[in-house]
Amino acid sequence: MMTKQASRLTFFLLVAPAILWLGLLIVLPHVEILVLSFSERVAPRVYAFGFGNYLEFFTEPLYWRTFARTAFMSILVTALTLVLAFPIALYIARVAQGRVKAMLLLLCLLPFWVSELVRTLGWMMLLRETGVISYVLRAVGLADQPVELLYNDGAVILGLVYGGLLFMIVPLANALESLDQSVVEAGFDLGGSRWTVLRRIVIPHAMPGIVAGSIIVFMLTVGNFATPVLLGGKNGLWFTEQIYAQFITRFNWPQGAAFGMLLLLLSSAIVWLGLRLTGQSLGTTLKQA
Amino acid sequence: MAPSTDLDIVNVTKRFGSHAAVDDVTFSVAPGEFFSILGPSGCGKTTLMRMIAGFEHPTSGDIRIRGRSMIGVPANKRPVNMVFQSLALFPMMSVGENVAYGLSCRGVPREDAQERAERMLERVGLKGFGERRVMALSGGQRQRVAIARCLVLEPTLVLLDEPLGALDLKLREHMKIELKQLQGTFNTTFVYITHDQSEALVMSDRIAVMNQGKFEQVGSPRELYHNPATPFVASFVGETNRWPGEIVSSSDGTVALQLPSGMVTQGSGRVSQKAAIAFVRPEAIALAPSQPALRDLPNRFEGRVSAVLFDGANSSLLIDTLGFDQPVRAVLPQAGPLAGIEVGAPIHVGWTADAMKVFAA
Repeated sequence: MMTKQASRLTFFLLVAPAILWLGLLIVLPHVEILVLSFSERVAPRVYAFGFGNYLEFFTEPLYWRTFARTAFMSILVTALTLVLAFPIALYIARVAQGRVKAMLLLLCLLPFWVSELVRTLGWMMLLRETGVISYVLRAVGLADQPVELLYNDGAVILGLVYGGLLFMIVPLANALESLDQSVVEAGFDLGGSRWTVLRRIVIPHAMPGIVAGSIIVFMLTVGNFATPVLLGGKNGLWFTEQIYAQFITRFNWPQGAAFGMLLLLLSSAIVWLGLRLTGQSLGTTLKQA
Repeated sequence: MAPSTDLDIVNVTKRFGSHAAVDDVTFSVAPGEFFSILGPSGCGKTTLMRMIAGFEHPTSGDIRIRGRSMIGVPANKRPVNMVFQSLALFPMMSVGENVAYGLSCRGVPREDAQERAERMLERVGLKGFGERRVMALSGGQRQRVAIARCLVLEPTLVLLDEPLGALDLKLREHMKIELKQLQGTFNTTFVYITHDQSEALVMSDRIAVMNQGKFEQVGSPRELYHNPATPFVASFVGETNRWPGEIVSSSDGTVALQLPSGMVTQGSGRVSQKAAIAFVRPEAIALAPSQPALRDLPNRFEGRVSAVLFDGANSSLLIDTLGFDQPVRAVLPQAGPLAGIEVGAPIHVGWTADAMKVFAA
């Protein structure tokens, strides 16, 4: 009897930090945000329950257009990251051996030893009008005046893909590594071309890794703030900027809370859709990640 | 002119650095033949097979299939299909898709491929399994899918890389017979790789015994068993007694061999040097309770049973014999006066000069 109680106590003590973490930092603020998002200001310092904040989102084109743009760009960034990361992961998982493999993974990890802000500032130094690329282009004679590469969608996508690459490569490499070499050889042996083997054997096998990596990269991208703001400038128009503006600049917390809930809904919906379309379950995907 | 062989390996050598995994091997396989390559692990048989399949490239020499050189032909363009050791079924596909895979790679329309896959599954006894997941099959069923997946493409040659290794004993015995029957009904040429001499002996029309990258002997199972050409073949294929000694006289295929104890035995073989090694099969050793019964045999000794190793039909006796530093192994008689023999019983052993194969050590 005593031992049973003791083991239960141990269990609670072990899970307590996790429960506190989830409860205090994730569940509680979200409940608060949810409640807040349904409160409308009817008079100075007087708030009442209502859907006004959500209606505002649909009636003001800037809001929902930024929202749609964020969703679309995030999907695009995720797809681009996947396309870029796949060959790298394939190389790391199936070609590189021993030290080279560890080295390559370390190289992918290296940029993350620097803070995101500093990394993004690094991109700004390369891309700005007086930056390195602009200078080189002029020096080689490909441009006759300074070239501004910052503050456009391309720069935002570049920065976001760069930031997401590692989070795509690791689950992909994991998934690809577990593919038995003889299965690939059997694919060739039975007459498959490289493309057939890739399409019918390698990609289906890597599917849990693809989905896991895509979910992580998509979530990181949708919720990113620094990269679109710094590399996109005024043209960044990321939905997180709207949330920031409501909370900090305009001090309209209920509106910001509604936007936050909408963003949460958006990422959940797209992740759910992605899982449905690829026929993967959240369980196998989480195992892979 | 149609070539009379399906596979010709001509002076094939494969080097990894300075090590020759396959060293100047030459052989041919006739259409419809069940050809085995038997050798211990690391003898180069897998490398040889991977070269035929197209996954490795010979350092020198030529590989020809139906007379056409395969040098420079990629694996997916060769009329050769392989059953892998791990079977390598595609777990992401159903059984039917596994079998239809090769057909669809060739551009056969989907419905046609599906139908042919269904028919092939029926022929290997898996009718109606098309929709199942590969993971839901038993070991023997997977085996059949792996073979069906190759045979549906009607290849000139099917390569099998120890496909029975992962099965349990009972199923392995069963699959040996089944594989042989399948090969017979489809009349396809099989090249089978194994380290298990019983698999090779039971199924093959011809066997090549491979050791350290070279072929020691190529012949029918009986030839290999009864007339081994080298000491390696004699000791690797089947159970045998093995005694080193010195040649004291030699003439016209018969030799007199002196054992370290000084005992002289009569054997067969052509050995020009002094140091030699003799092999006698356990079943070639005649047993008798008394000396006179063996009086026609040139080699007669007396001993005492030191152990009875009972294993059904494969039971044997170890006999401590005067003049031999290791016990002599003989087959335990299952009937007659010696059937119930016990440890410690005195016994006489003997064998003909023909039964004792002597080779240079």
